[in-house]
Amino acid sequence: MSSSSSQPSADHGSTKSYVLGLILSLVLTIIPFGAVMMGLFSTPVTVWIIVITAVMQMLVQLVMFMHLNTKSDEGWGMMSFVFTVSILALVVGGSLWIMHHLHINMMIG
Amino acid sequence: MATDTMHHGAHADEHHDHDHHDVAGTKVFGFWVYLMSDLVIFGTLFATYAVLMGGTAGGPSGADIFELPLILFGTFALLISSFTFGMGVLAMNANRVGQVKMWLIVTFVLGLMFLGMELYEFNHLIHEGYGPDRSAFLSAFFTLVGTHGLHVTFGMIWILVMLVQLQTKGINPATRPRILCLSLFWHFLDIVWICVFSFVYLMGVL
Repeated sequence: MSSSSSQPSADHGSTKSYVLGLILSLVLTIIPFGAVMMGLFSTPVTVWIIVITAVMQMLVQLVMFMHLNTKSDEGWGMMSFVFTVSILALVVGGSLWIMHHLHINMMIG
Repeated sequence: MATDTMHHGAHADEHHDHDHHDVAGTKVFGFWVYLMSDLVIFGTLFATYAVLMGGTAGGPSGADIFELPLILFGTFALLISSFTFGMGVLAMNANRVGQVKMWLIVTFVLGLMFLGMELYEFNHLIHEGYGPDRSAFLSAFFTLVGTHGLHVTFGMIWILVMLVQLQTKGINPATRPRILCLSLFWHFLDIVWICVFSFVYLMGVL
């Protein structure tokens, strides 16, 4: 933390990095919307396009707008984020897994 | 994260300045931890939605009711607002209070456009008889998207509060971390919305 105060501009962005972030996020929005609305690709391909652009889009927000990195706060910001993502993977993945099997075994719907 | 944004112009008293820096950094980090817990809330709502997605109870599915052009409009408004808030933070780092206010107002208007889109959609759906009481799918949909909308609403109230504080107090060691926390909050709402439009709307109409 103390070392970062000597070079603030490097970490919290510049007009250039924000403009780049904006352009990237708009492009990464138009691609999946375009793919779905024009229906150019088969469903599995479209799903992959949506997932990949969504992940890239989130990284743009986290890195270019929220300035998440391994250096500030001695890495605690990144550490807490990785921990939260692990919890989310358990909650979302676990829920889907359990409910999927419940659905099959109960033969509902 | 943005702890390093605490860059004071003059460094006459280095130790004093350093203390300020640490306090502000701790505040922003504490807010970050809150955001992470909020992320878990949204995660559980997404999991609920994913599980209940197929439970349409003879009612409409996502493909029947989602209007993508409307969602695209709202998405653009929110994405651009994330950028305008970033510009506001840059203006704050340059100690230009007038510009900070201007960017905050632009962000507020874009947030209002997004919220208008969402309220129009909700109102339209409920009017058609597809309210949250229609099916498990719609209950989960309204809860997930509505929770995000509530967050945006509170973010906009917070923007108004900061506009008043910038007017009365200006940019100082008390208001700086608040703006930084609000900027994190606003970008965070964008991240959640990216998940919503990708996994709820786009995948819903496939």
